[in-house]
Amino acid sequence: MKIKLVAYGIAKDILQSNSLDYELVGQKSIGELKSQLSGEFAEFDKLQSLRFAVGEEYQSDDYLLNENEEVVIIPPVSGG
Amino acid sequence: MIDIQIKETALSTQECEQTVADDAAGGTVIFIGTVRNQTKGKKVVRLDFESFVPMAKKEMLKIAQEVEKRWGALHVAIHHRVGSLDIGELPVIIAVATPHRKAAFEACEYAIDTLKKTVPIWKKEVFEDGEVWVAAHP
Repeated sequence: MKIKLVAYGIAKDILQSNSLDYELVGQKSIGELKSQLSGEFAEFDKLQSLRFAVGEEYQSDDYLLNENEEVVIIPPVSGG
Repeated sequence: MIDIQIKETALSTQECEQTVADDAAGGTVIFIGTVRNQTKGKKVVRLDFESFVPMAKKEMLKIAQEVEKRWGALHVAIHHRVGSLDIGELPVIIAVATPHRKAAFEACEYAIDTLKKTVPIWKKEVFEDGEVWVAAHP
């Protein structure tokens, strides 16, 4: 299943892109996406935290993704 | 009244103060975040901020609404800057006006603490010999 990943901050550096089409294999949850990304890009595992947003809201690991959905990778925030 | 802004231009403390001004407010607390010249003794050249703006505004609004609800704030202004900031410039200003001062202090502290945890804004420290995304690693 294809989804669209959007990345900010250090996630953008890790993916070397701020947006890319991504093929999700097997399960379709945010949790699965997280494991697949960490397997592919070891740097994600080293982060303090890794969250994901869909529809401009944080989503939990059990959130099920839809075909072509846009998922924003939220690495540790550091505003202020 | 709630005023949420993410701007690419300089923030104004005076503007925030005026935005929350109210004759019914006995106290106004304004938190001003400033770009420091060093981190752990290492000289900082500048800070680069980026944001997922629509979501950041939503999360900032949630904070302001909580401040209204929990501390009875009359007005809340949260302004955040993005882009490249030099030493001494202001990345963030939070102004909270409440009927009594204690609530304003508490609410303002809650607002900046929560902003640092939930609002999708990222800062990169640029040193003379490299750069680091702040708080990215444990």
